[in-house]
Amino acid sequence: MFGLTALELARIQFGFTISFHIIFPAITIGLASYLVVLEGLWLWKRDEVYRDLYHFWLKVFAINFAMGVVSGLVMAYQFGTNWSYFSAFAGSITGPLLTYEVLTAFFLEAGFLGVMLFGWNKVGPGLHWFATIMVAGGTIISTFWILASNSWMQTPQGFEIIDGRVVPVDWLKVIFNPSFPFRLAHMTVAAYLATALFVGASGAWHLLRRDDTRATRTMLSMAMWMIAIVAPIQIAIGDAHGLNTLKHQPAKIAAVEGHWENKPGESVPLILFGWPDMEAETTRYAIEIPELGSLILTHEWGGTIPGLKEFAPEDRPNSTIVFWTFRIMVGLGFLMLFLGLISLWLRYRNQLYQSKPFLRFALAMGPSGLIAILAGWYTTEIGRQPWVVYGIMRTKDAVSDHSVLAMSATLGLFIVMYFAVFGTGVSYMLKLVAKGPDTFVDTREQGQTERAARPLSAAPDDIDPAPDRTGD
Amino acid sequence: MGIDLPLIWAIIIAFGLMMYVIMDGFDLGIGIIFPFIPDRTDRDTMVNTVAPVWDGNETWLAMGGAGLLAAFPLAYSVVLSALYLPAVLMLAGLIWRGVAFEFRFKSDEAHKPFWDKAFAWGSYIATISQGMILGSFINGFEVVDGAYRGGALDWISPFSLFTGVALVVAYALLGCTWLIMKTEGPLQQEMRKLAKPGVLALLVMIGIVSIWTPLAHPAVAARWFSLPNMFYFAPVPVLVIAVTWAMLRLLKGEPHASPFLLTLLLLFLGYSGLAISLWPNIIPPSISIWDAAAPPQSMGFTLVGALFIIPFILAYTAWSYYVFRGKVRAGEGYH
Repeated sequence: MFGLTALELARIQFGFTISFHIIFPAITIGLASYLVVLEGLWLWKRDEVYRDLYHFWLKVFAINFAMGVVSGLVMAYQFGTNWSYFSAFAGSITGPLLTYEVLTAFFLEAGFLGVMLFGWNKVGPGLHWFATIMVAGGTIISTFWILASNSWMQTPQGFEIIDGRVVPVDWLKVIFNPSFPFRLAHMTVAAYLATALFVGASGAWHLLRRDDTRATRTMLSMAMWMIAIVAPIQIAIGDAHGLNTLKHQPAKIAAVEGHWENKPGESVPLILFGWPDMEAETTRYAIEIPELGSLILTHEWGGTIPGLKEFAPEDRPNSTIVFWTFRIMVGLGFLMLFLGLISLWLRYRNQLYQSKPFLRFALAMGPSGLIAILAGWYTTEIGRQPWVVYGIMRTKDAVSDHSVLAMSATLGLFIVMYFAVFGTGVSYMLKLVAKGPDTFVDTREQGQTERAARPLSAAPDDIDPAPDRTGD
Repeated sequence: MGIDLPLIWAIIIAFGLMMYVIMDGFDLGIGIIFPFIPDRTDRDTMVNTVAPVWDGNETWLAMGGAGLLAAFPLAYSVVLSALYLPAVLMLAGLIWRGVAFEFRFKSDEAHKPFWDKAFAWGSYIATISQGMILGSFINGFEVVDGAYRGGALDWISPFSLFTGVALVVAYALLGCTWLIMKTEGPLQQEMRKLAKPGVLALLVMIGIVSIWTPLAHPAVAARWFSLPNMFYFAPVPVLVIAVTWAMLRLLKGEPHASPFLLTLLLLFLGYSGLAISLWPNIIPPSISIWDAAAPPQSMGFTLVGALFIIPFILAYTAWSYYVFRGKVRAGEGYH
């Protein structure tokens, strides 16, 4: 297909399916914790606004979760179908980590999800909150294991290679490998940030449409607190992660910076924009700030980092791509910081819910967290190339022996299906969000006997776009 | 001689797959009998009987995949790359089916029939793919130097097509008897009527597979039809017939939970029959669980967690079923 090799098609297929997938777990992680907070606040303060918001976001969560589950199932099998030599070589390490993810996280989420979604009237309030906490806990535990596995592929340790395959020697070293703490913190915070931006944009959208209720205000307010606190933390974690990557994967940092060589006696400039050219081994049209690269990357004046030319051409990641994906991520990160700071200022001025430019900005930033997550993952994963297990196994040696025809057919199937299925799902999520929170009719406290015949949810779920509400 | 880790892991994975077959089996089965029940309210009731639990059911499939990768990475890589296309088709079916659970309640009226179709088609495609995977697994794989060397379409054979259809019948019966347990009134009546031809068809399917497999594979024939094996394994077919007979008797009355439990027993027997045929190979026809095993460090590390955690999983899964116990009534929308 388009003259691509089976290896390139396999990489595109993996990149495509995992890019779609990661969006859903990121929102799942953030929303699950948000739901824990909302239900906790409801139980504590007995303020209806939290209960209404809980049920509102629970519906969005349900659609999102289903899409995360089915797109994730594809990932669980793709290592074997598409990367069989990798699985045979390193399955002894990634397999146990994934198994622990299923055992400690997936079952926990799935087991308590039913009660969380449908059990409001079937179990007591405390037990229902417990179910929500278990689901949220599951999402965090899942993040732990999948990032342990991914980080091990980036910075492998704690193993030996015996008879052409990996044999784990020290599991603590395998799990707590050098890049793991940074990656775990960076991704978890990214999920919270992306969810806060999504929730905040939803609140801003309703306020812009003069749908000014306590629920929409609470939504916006909670999200902006989160962003204001978490965005600076995320930038600090990102900086620490960068130092860690420089130590363990210097070629990746050189590619990210479009830095080809150190000129004698000169510090590393920060290249703001440019076009790294892999053939010509230079970064064209570079706009540079002298000295700043050294300061940011090494935290000292005049520090140097290895240039790309110090690595053999076959060991260099594609600088053109990661240079730009990294800048998209960082640029969005600073916009998030800016959004958080303005929200604090407007809150102080008592104009948080009135300022139109601010609300429009918050709305526009809705998808920015997810875009930043994707850009960040492209940076770290494409920056890991040409290795699948860094320094140990090359990607070209990992791929299964499928024909170009088989790979093209399945890739075509995935593309058509993912856009149709997940496109529809995302549009349903957005329509639900556009409908806004309803007043939840709680039958729990009206003294109804358990298991009486009644609709469990009084709010109709059909997204029947009422023209006066949604305008479409 | 220490602990036989590959053996323990083979049992755990076999257990996980069986949990998957019986649990996702009945919710896939509901999709399979969807075309026979055109009424929207009935369909809502059918879906609502499994809405709180389907996700947990499907997790056993993820468990099977991850466990296989952890304990038998060679089998995971060889079998899955050999079964690439049917695996993708199965996943595609599960995707349509899985999102339809949510979408058929959230879409506008004009698109509801579409998501009902997606629910049914997804269930059929996933089930047929699983059945064909099973059939080609029994047929075995061409392996050279630890890698699959057969063709991309080797999984299509008369036998695998037959096992594909057989699994559709098996899941349909599971779904049908699940609904006898979980519903009441006219819908339940309808299911009772459907269960009788269902169980007979399944008996025929099991019979044909039991004859076809030893005919095609002399090793399987030797396993079953040599002495003293014949005496050890004889209870399997005898019990299959006994269970079918008991089921037909019960269906004359007004049973609730018993047909479902008997169907579970029937599938368990079929499953153990397959295990007897294939033992001890994990990549048929010749690579055993010991040949394909991961290093003991991997198996041991994962085993500690599995033995400790699986009881908890079973406990809270059972609790979740307990919370949603009893009949689901029409109009009792969970959504």
